[in-house]
Amino acid sequence: MDIFSSLADGFVIALTLENLLLALLGCFLGTMMGALPGLGPSNGVAILIPLAFTLGLGATPSLILLTSVYYGAMYGGRISSILLNIPGDEPAMMTCLDGYPMAKNGRAGEALSLSGIASFVGAFLATWGLIFLAPQLVKIALLFGPAEYFALFTLAFATLGGVASTNQAKTAFAAALGIGLATVGVDTQTGVPRFTFGEVHLYDGIDFLVAIVGLFALSEVFLFLERRHGGADGAKSGVSVGRLMPSFKLIKSCTPTMLRTSGLGFIAGVLPGAGASLGSFVSYTMEKKLVDKDKTFGTGDPRGVAAPEAGNNAAAGGALVPMLALGVPGSGTTAVLLAVLLALNITPGPLLFTQQPDVVWGLIAALFIANFMLLAMNIPMIGLFTRVLLIPPRILMPIVAMVSFVGIYGISGSSFDLLVMIGFGVMGWVLRKLDVPLVPIILGTLLGNAMENNLRRAITIDNGNWWTLIDSPLSIGLWSLAVIGFILPIIFGRVLKARMRMKKDEESAIID
Amino acid sequence: MSDRIFGLVGLILAFGYAWAALVIEESFLSDAVGPKAFPLIIAGVLALSSIVIIIKPDAAPEWPPFNRFVEVGAAVLVMILYSIFLPELGFVIATALAATYLTWRLGTRPISSVVSGCLTSFGIYAIFHLVLGLSLARGPLGF
Repeated sequence: MDIFSSLADGFVIALTLENLLLALLGCFLGTMMGALPGLGPSNGVAILIPLAFTLGLGATPSLILLTSVYYGAMYGGRISSILLNIPGDEPAMMTCLDGYPMAKNGRAGEALSLSGIASFVGAFLATWGLIFLAPQLVKIALLFGPAEYFALFTLAFATLGGVASTNQAKTAFAAALGIGLATVGVDTQTGVPRFTFGEVHLYDGIDFLVAIVGLFALSEVFLFLERRHGGADGAKSGVSVGRLMPSFKLIKSCTPTMLRTSGLGFIAGVLPGAGASLGSFVSYTMEKKLVDKDKTFGTGDPRGVAAPEAGNNAAAGGALVPMLALGVPGSGTTAVLLAVLLALNITPGPLLFTQQPDVVWGLIAALFIANFMLLAMNIPMIGLFTRVLLIPPRILMPIVAMVSFVGIYGISGSSFDLLVMIGFGVMGWVLRKLDVPLVPIILGTLLGNAMENNLRRAITIDNGNWWTLIDSPLSIGLWSLAVIGFILPIIFGRVLKARMRMKKDEESAIID
Repeated sequence: MSDRIFGLVGLILAFGYAWAALVIEESFLSDAVGPKAFPLIIAGVLALSSIVIIIKPDAAPEWPPFNRFVEVGAAVLVMILYSIFLPELGFVIATALAATYLTWRLGTRPISSVVSGCLTSFGIYAIFHLVLGLSLARGPLGF
């Protein structure tokens, strides 16, 4: 089959010494960033993009480095969930439910390595899913014209808030703000400057890397400054790690759970608006209904650790499908990965598979390699990663801030960009306080120009007829999905979010 | 209340954006849509969502007390000064100063902050400049 020969080519590209070292570095950094509370996968990748960019790495090596960070951060999120009952990132929230009780029972080591194995299974199966599903999606995507693409972008924004979104008005506001920022600069089609107010620095637009690093990384620093009292000291882990390797029997008993939840998580990842958080939530809930006969879930059941971890890592892999095949990411972290691709001058989408197959298959091979490395790294080195948790944020946050400055200054060497970044940092802080999601802003700045170009192309082709946007069955379908995807959370969002929160509170009420 | 103010700011932003879109000077060579239409649509979405936020505000977030605001404001000021003086002072000195300040304000004792700030600066300089060869701002002293 040509898929396997392409994959073999991918391995040839990925298996050079430089790339292997980069994957190793990425896995290590990613796991650390995932483990540290306050530095999730989005932040981690965001800080490293400008660096990979300024170091002059080629397209494939940078992608390998940054996707390893992405996968590593998904692995690392569970460490603080299990040891401290603080999720390192949002998708790891469900892992707290059974992971922390297991750690309290003196089985922290087992919980950590079991969740490592579950993460591996989830990510491994999802990568296979990506290999088989993405080319199929590409075939559909090749039928898309500009009008369909415009509808697809709208769909992406409409569903970005996710099923668990509580306030769709704020999601819409954020998306419009992001797209608005993207329109700053010289208009690509007519060459007139827009919204530049005569400032020469703004003529080539606002660099989305500046926006991303400011919004994600700097706003985190401001949040820590604001809540200095109490939160900024190192976490004290009261539990001992204990026995490291889970017994073969334990792994065997969790295998059906891992397989089921990997499938479920993958689907949740591929669908727009679901993402890894929902993947792990649905996985946990399903397993609880299916196998929890003795009511042991929530009291340290190993299957309750395996389920959400396999689910969220599979969802992370699944989220790469729409990002690579359509060029439209469905979640925050994949939006940041899209920024990576755009910064490297690679436009993801159906043409990527035919024109630059080495990038695609090199990336997929890198995912496999990163996955094995993470499994190998996570079990023996778990002690090291748990020690990372002891670095207090008061030391760590200034480092994050300074590395952000270094990365952005490295791109352009201009103080103006640094000032813009600080502006975005303050904006991110205020918006986070007001519960406005930041991901739509990022996605808006990334996709705004492509969205406008497709709109204008579609209408120009049809001689100025705006009805061309809803002229084909395909685009009508996409528009209806967008409308449903936007309205559904208004009805169900509160219920679902409340349920996710309640689960967490229920458990912590018992623990504390 | 916070949301109402936020919505109002959003509305003003939407009108400002729409006005700025209307005064774009169109070139004589334009496509069927022109450079104004898309920004106007976006301004519409911005205005609509702001109105909804004003009508149906969420519960107000927990705003920090005044002194914490000053804290964040001071950090912003330090970062702005850092950005401006980075090319003048050079990377190592500027970064050591800024990192020391941030570490101190996040609750480290002054002497440890100076140590930690200097180590942060040297560490980043060593890794990114000496090992990875990234060009950082060069001050009067050459580093």
